[in-house]
Amino acid sequence: MSKIYVYGDNVDTDVIIPARYLNDPSEKALASHCMEDIDPSYAGTVEPGDIIVGGANFGCGSSREHAPLAIKVSGAKCVIAASFARIFYRNAINIGLPIMECPEASASIKPGDKVSVEFSTGKITDETTGQVFQAAPFPPFIENIIQSGGLINSLKARGLAK
Amino acid sequence: MGMTMTQKIFAAHAGLASVSAGQLVEAKLDLVHGNDVTTPVAIKVLEDNGITQVFDKDKIAIILDHYTPCKDIKAAQLCKTARDFSRKHNITHFYDVGEVGVEHAFIPEKGLVVPGDLTIGADSHTCTYGALGAFSTGVGSTDMAAGMATGLNWFKVPSAIKVTITGKFKPFVSGKDVMLHLIGLIGVDGALYKSLEFTGPSIKELTMDDRFTIANMAIEAGAKNGIFPVDEQTLAYLKGRTDRKPVIYEADPDAEYEREVVINLDELDSTVAMPYLPGNAKKVQEVKGIKIDQVVIGSCTNGRISDMHAAAQILKGRKVAHGVRCIVLPATQEIIKEMIEDGSYMDLLNAGCAISTPTCGPCLGGHMGCMCEGEVCVSTTNRNFVGRMGHVESKVILASPAVAAASAVKGELADPKDL
Repeated sequence: MSKIYVYGDNVDTDVIIPARYLNDPSEKALASHCMEDIDPSYAGTVEPGDIIVGGANFGCGSSREHAPLAIKVSGAKCVIAASFARIFYRNAINIGLPIMECPEASASIKPGDKVSVEFSTGKITDETTGQVFQAAPFPPFIENIIQSGGLINSLKARGLAK
Repeated sequence: MGMTMTQKIFAAHAGLASVSAGQLVEAKLDLVHGNDVTTPVAIKVLEDNGITQVFDKDKIAIILDHYTPCKDIKAAQLCKTARDFSRKHNITHFYDVGEVGVEHAFIPEKGLVVPGDLTIGADSHTCTYGALGAFSTGVGSTDMAAGMATGLNWFKVPSAIKVTITGKFKPFVSGKDVMLHLIGLIGVDGALYKSLEFTGPSIKELTMDDRFTIANMAIEAGAKNGIFPVDEQTLAYLKGRTDRKPVIYEADPDAEYEREVVINLDELDSTVAMPYLPGNAKKVQEVKGIKIDQVVIGSCTNGRISDMHAAAQILKGRKVAHGVRCIVLPATQEIIKEMIEDGSYMDLLNAGCAISTPTCGPCLGGHMGCMCEGEVCVSTTNRNFVGRMGHVESKVILASPAVAAASAVKGELADPKDL
């Protein structure tokens, strides 16, 4: 069962991965500094399958793809948020970090809750409280990118990138 | 249903007669660019996927501006990666130290974007070129890689917020105050996924540099882009910079807007954003007097020639207060030359400013002015997030060049009209 990390509104990309670490985009470096400026304990405690829950405008600020990459390589399974900043949203889809937009789940899930998610249906279940939430579905165009395994794969499948 | 300026640019680049808000389109790109932080990640995406061709070597720009001149060994490696890639693909618009400027000041200065263009850049402040009546937006490195490989990318056509500008500026008030006020009004996600379409009788009161500053910070309201109508000032700016023909789009009279905001310049005062969000707007009169350690004047938001002049006008014949470090970063080499020729460079030097070569540097806590625990900076940059300029317990107050310069003189957050 997943551990939950709950953060508030406007989690920006500078706290997800501070710019002082952008000189090293290796997976190991990104994972070791992930969330450092909002939660110094995150990188040392996160385990594969854990879930990050944010409020509104998650991932605002810089376009750095290092931010969703850091979360992905840190082992977190997905991010649930009330809303996502648009560049972070694109980046997460493009690199294959699962994101779920669900204001109700974002408002209800508490640290320590046991939560399970089902990406194919967008169903989020808080096993602790018994509440079930439905994340916003992706449009078919974006769903196709996700199913292809990211943007580049979807372009290659169409013979567009050589 | 009529279209906004942004929607018309999307329709033209997607080969469609019309588009509407929410529609997903694949559009042709006129320019794809990246910097020393984001380009190496895009190069890795291409290499990992065995992609060896770029769509058009003339429509890609690679600009080494963030950690340059390189702050450390790792940054030097990033630059080398971007440099080697640019040589290998014979990228026309590759710019390195000695020639390079801060990308969003440099790209318009070089005439690489004209009205009607649709461009993406792997840097969130790419939205700056909306000042020229182009659509431009920031993306991540994978989008940059896809753009470099195909010359295409996907977009959701945005709905719009109409921002009408009326009135005339008071002394010392400028484009930065307009934008900090607007973000304060609508919030840091007030324009999420939308375009900010600027219009109104007082667009003509805004210099091109004001418009660049305003469009630059559209992202700070969550917007996809910010865009200005094309007028005589725009066309005058383009003169001598490019041979490409501008394509001028105007919003239809029946274009649909989700919301309209009016900003009356007659009522606008010098405005700052307090830590830790660009939306924490206050009139400087309400918060003046806060002791400061550092002032930064520069960046893609406010590192242009009129920003340098606004600062020099205040600092000329005065001194930076004892105990305050005032770091000035003109955004391009051309701006430095102009400052040397018109004397503003010496005015700032004589006042006790440290003047840097062009770099993003301290704006993102990279180098050239990082802060330690407890320090406070008044900065003309664009973000004041936790830890943005260094330690998580340091603070950044966002302000115009005039407010920053006045604060440097007084050693505390100050209103230039009080000097």
